[in-house]
Parts: sequence; C-alpha cells; structure tokens
Amino acid sequence: MRARVLIRPKEGILDPQGQAVEQALPALGFSGVRNVHVGRLVELDVDDPSEVPEMCERLLANPLIEDYEIVTEAGGRGASSERGAGCPAEVTG
Amino acid sequence: MKFGVVRFPGSCDEIDALLACRRFGEAELLWHKDRDLGGVDAVVVPGGFSYGDYLRAGAIARFSPLMEAVIDFARAGGPVLGICNGFQVLCEAGLLPGALLPNRSLRFVCRQVDVVVEQPGTVFTRACAKGDLLSVPVKHMGGRYYAPGILEDQVVLRYAPGQNPNGAQDDIAGVCNTEGNVLGLMPHPEHAVNPLTGSADGGRLFESVAMVPAG
Repeated sequence: MRARVLIRPKEGILDPQGQAVEQALPALGFSGVRNVHVGRLVELDVDDPSEVPEMCERLLANPLIEDYEIVTEAGGRGASSERGAGCPAEVTG
Repeated sequence: MKFGVVRFPGSCDEIDALLACRRFGEAELLWHKDRDLGGVDAVVVPGGFSYGDYLRAGAIARFSPLMEAVIDFARAGGPVLGICNGFQVLCEAGLLPGALLPNRSLRFVCRQVDVVVEQPGTVFTRACAKGDLLSVPVKHMGGRYYAPGILEDQVVLRYAPGQNPNGAQDDIAGVCNTEGNVLGLMPHPEHAVNPLTGSADGGRLFESVAMVPAG
C-alpha cells in the first residue's frame, strides 16, 4: 500500500515560510492568493497502513506543532501502472 | 565530577563543550553508537547538527543508542544539558516540553545576546543569582521556542528585553523539566568561557553543574 503523509504547520502557529511565499506571488502578478502554508510530503510503501498514524505521531510529524494528513492508495512504487490513477482511499487527520 | 559530551554525526560544538567542561571538571566524548555513558556524572548534548537533521532537527538523533542511555540517565535524575541542536534533541526525546520552530526571520542568526537568569535554583544555574545577565552567542536557524502551557518555574533563561533573536515565545531562551535536572537552551554557553573571546559568562552554567550543592 502506498501512503502519502502531508505535514503542515498547525493552525495558529506562525508560518513565516508560508508568509514569504504568499508575499512573493503578487510580485509575479498572481493576485488573490491567501492562506499559503508550506509543509512537507513523506511518501512510503507500507505493508500495514493501519500503522501509519502511529508512525506520524512518533516520528514523521511533531504533533505539538504540525498537523498531518494520511492519503493511502492501492499499489506502491512497484505498481507504477496504478500510480496516479486512484483517488485517495482514506484521509485521516 | 566527570562530564560526558555526546558526539553525533554532524555535531560541531562538541570540542568547545568538552573544553568548557574541562575548566570545571573532567570530561570525555561519548560516541552516539555507544550504549554506555561510562560512569559520567553529567551529560552535555552539544550543538551543531545530528543525523543531517533530516525530517526535523533532533527527530532521528533521539533514537540513537546513546540517547536511549541519556534518556534513562535523565529520568533517573542525572543532570543533562542540551545546547542548540542538543536542545532540539531533548525536546524531540520528550525530556523537555515544547518544540523549536524556524526563526521568525527565516534567517540564520549569529550574534552575541544577553540572557537573564530567571531560575537560579537549578543544577545548571546555582552559581547565578536571579536577574543575572549572561552574555552568550546564539547561532541557529530554528530556535523559535514554542511550548503552550509551559510553567513559569520551567523558564530558566530569557533573552534580555529587545534581544529575542528568533521570535521565541515569551522571549524564552532556556527551559528545564519539572524536576530541574534537564536544561535546554538555544544560546551557546560553551562558546563563552574565556574573556579572550568576549565573555566568560557561559562558564557559570558548567561551573554550576560542577559545584557541590550547599548543605
């Protein structure tokens, strides 16, 4: 099973990286951009997707300062024909 | 009094920390793959980097074999001092509350700052009095301390008014655990132990650890 973990700064925590990007976009002529946040993406193939939330709590994210979202899809890196074809099968927060 | 100074792949302040400790006692380096603290009386987790700081600073280092031993040592009441990256490691290890976020400026800051001693009662500050100013350098990119609900008693050091270099909550520069035997701070006391380099104030933290408690 392929899992994607999306990690972003927790709401309410100052995100200077997001602010910097938000301020840079209008300089390129992109107006109407708001609430930009910069996080990171961890992709992993796992045998047991039910373990991913605990992986997030204990290592992949720091729950004090970051929110995470898990998106799983059938297949994995070996099953390239299925990559990108599936909708997110599961989203948890 | 024997200090042990941890060396991770990427540590870069461990030699200064070792030399700072040796002004007040014996000191030796501890290798991150070892599981044994070699009978030291206090542990310093120094600054620099650790395991590439992959994922988040300190996130991987906390799982090193030596850190397992340091965590046991701390939980048994042993004095543990975490400086900069070492502070980040101790937070990730759950020995200290809170977390360190990227500097508000998103820039690396490297400058001398004054910090105020708020808690002279800890094993690391007993050579100081409340309100003492210590001149010590900071050099970091991720030092914005954040700890919702931290107790005032745990705030050991604050940046002097107007000198907060990173946007840390309530100007907090250093915190201890509730038992008072683990201290983490962003400034570098080990770089301020000789007047030739501008200040010897940082030595007072190492001196405190080496002091025999009164009474």
